[in-house]
Amino acid sequence: MKSTDNSSDPVPLEVHDLTVAYHKKPVLYGIDLSIPSGSIIGIIGPNGAGKSTFIKAVMGLLPVSSGWVKVFGKPYRENCHRVGYVPQRESVDWDFPVSVLDVVLMGRYGHLRLAQRPTRQDREIARECLEKVKMLPFANRQIGNLSGGQQQRVFLARALAQESDLYLMDEPFVGVDASTEAAIITLLRELQSRGKTLLVVHHDLASAKEYFDRLILLNMRLVAFGPTAEVFTTEILQTTYGGRLTILSDVAQTLRAES
Amino acid sequence: MRRLLPFGVLALAFLVSDAAQAARINELSDSTMLERATRFFTFQDPSLRNALSGSMLLGVCCGLMGAFLVVRKLALMGDALSHAVLPGVALGFLWNMTKDPVSIFIGATIAGLLGAGTVQLIRDTTRHKEDAALGFVLASFFGVGICLFTMIQNIPGGNKSGLDKFLFGQAAALSQGDVLLLASVTVLVIGAILVFYKEYALTSFDTGFARSLGMPVQFFHFSLILLLAFAIVASLQAVGVVLVSAMLVIPAAAAFLLTDRLGMMLLLSAVFGLCAGGMGAFFSFVGRNLPTGPFMVLAAAVVFVGALFFGPRHGIVSRLWRQRSRSVRIRRENTLKAIYHVIEDNEFRTETISVRELAERRRETLEDARRQLASVRRAGFVTISGDGVSFTPHGWQRACEIVRNHRLWELYLTHAAHIAADHVHEDAEAIEHVLGGETVRQLEKRLNYARRDPHGKLIPGVEDIRLGRVAKPSSRATGFGAERLH
Repeated sequence: MKSTDNSSDPVPLEVHDLTVAYHKKPVLYGIDLSIPSGSIIGIIGPNGAGKSTFIKAVMGLLPVSSGWVKVFGKPYRENCHRVGYVPQRESVDWDFPVSVLDVVLMGRYGHLRLAQRPTRQDREIARECLEKVKMLPFANRQIGNLSGGQQQRVFLARALAQESDLYLMDEPFVGVDASTEAAIITLLRELQSRGKTLLVVHHDLASAKEYFDRLILLNMRLVAFGPTAEVFTTEILQTTYGGRLTILSDVAQTLRAES
Repeated sequence: MRRLLPFGVLALAFLVSDAAQAARINELSDSTMLERATRFFTFQDPSLRNALSGSMLLGVCCGLMGAFLVVRKLALMGDALSHAVLPGVALGFLWNMTKDPVSIFIGATIAGLLGAGTVQLIRDTTRHKEDAALGFVLASFFGVGICLFTMIQNIPGGNKSGLDKFLFGQAAALSQGDVLLLASVTVLVIGAILVFYKEYALTSFDTGFARSLGMPVQFFHFSLILLLAFAIVASLQAVGVVLVSAMLVIPAAAAFLLTDRLGMMLLLSAVFGLCAGGMGAFFSFVGRNLPTGPFMVLAAAVVFVGALFFGPRHGIVSRLWRQRSRSVRIRRENTLKAIYHVIEDNEFRTETISVRELAERRRETLEDARRQLASVRRAGFVTISGDGVSFTPHGWQRACEIVRNHRLWELYLTHAAHIAADHVHEDAEAIEHVLGGETVRQLEKRLNYARRDPHGKLIPGVEDIRLGRVAKPSSRATGFGAERLH
């Protein structure tokens, strides 16, 4: 918990004119955003709106066609140690021969040099993070022997172990039981109270209103971004969810046909 | 499991030893199998020393690389890469028309990397997924290689002897240089894994997360493919192009069945590879005219089958055994429960019941009842004297626990889930054997420590059982806590 002076610290995330394309098919157009620090922000939008694409592009996991991303005022690569990431649960093979504690320990790797082994202190931090998500009793289990909710808690513990200032979470509430969902949101609020910034991809509109301070409404382009009370309106939601953006997808089709 | 391994392979060695026509490990045509086995273990023969150490080194480095292939789901990549190196071997030979290890190594490595690159190119630029790309590369590179080999056979001059060994492998053909090459590749592989274990583990498990940490994922992927190519090329001479992929996949697959930690898997895989390599060299030497590759692979396959059947956690036999012991336990617990019910029906007036009462209660023959009683007696739950059956203290406690689990669960279902009282018995029959102590305590709490089940029967309390307060039934007492009954 660094007591950083927010006025001098650049914003956690600034995105300018970000455009991303998969196989030359654009999926995100010209996103402009400046995320203020210390808030929980939900990213919502219909399927295929580019929610996951957005956070992956922020971290440079996908090639960016144009635009730039700054994390705490610097390119992502220079500040990646200040970013924690919770990927989608389906993105990994849960049969992988690795224990719960080892997965959480991976969160410490960003603080270690190449070829440097995790220290005793790193293990201690990993244990504490497991404790926070109430998964310490499962520390030595193979990760495949866990329920969906427990697996998500492990991923969350790994992100906690990163001790970052900005967290990007890809659908952390998918396929988890109600008690895990409650535990996750409590944890997110605790992180927020410590001045962390959280960006959470979310699919459930009903709970979005309650969970997030601010919302990013996304449908291939940025529909709206602002405090939940202001942007969670019927009109904006209809623009976001109402039908496909026919012109944009037509253009995408044409581009693909030409390439 | 491992003790069976030599016998299986030995039997096979006898079967095929006379039929095979390939070159044998050295010219000892008149010695018997036993003499050759003795020679093998005295290590006098320098060519034998090369063959054995080479095969074992090969097993270690292929085993280690294979473990990464298996956990990355790239097992077929090993297959494709090993076939793809063949044209490189031919070109390396054509370079100066001799079997020069260095030029062959370089040629084969380049061809292997070209193959891996082609796979990636097809996957990234076309609609094809990895499997089709691997299939294409494997077959086409191998085809080119075979054409080049045929060409070489038709070119006059040059020392072509031993070139055919690249297909099925002949450990006896290993030179000092080949062994040195294998040793250096093995050292390289072990060194890379020791130094970058954390990086290789993370990039194999979660690429996206690794990249989000700013880790050079591409570098580690490429270095793994490069090491794989090295391992394959160095192993070619001993095990052959066709079967080297088996030495990559089988020991690792066997190790995967036995452990769920990557470090242990690497270790086991290396050990299995080492043993398989040693066995391959041994049978190739002892049997007449036997190629090494198939024997190594067979030895590895025996280990794999052993792991498949006898692995402690995922093995088929162990699973069957666990199922069996579970059903034995459930049968015993049901007998205990029946005895309890008989005692309960007698309103806890007696502590000894007759076999007949039990048989009547369970609606079975006296013989069946006796058989079941014998089983619970072996487990120390009851004592039998003549026709009388009585609980041991341990058996009485266990019986109370089962009855309590059953009745608590029935009560819970009727109260919390609002299921009719006549529907809950079947469910409770299954659940009574698996309820854990903590769950039972919670159930009791939620049910306000109720003493009666939905059918009005008494529920033995958790605390009473734990503290041994459940009195053994006697002619006087009414079982547990008589004072609470009223």
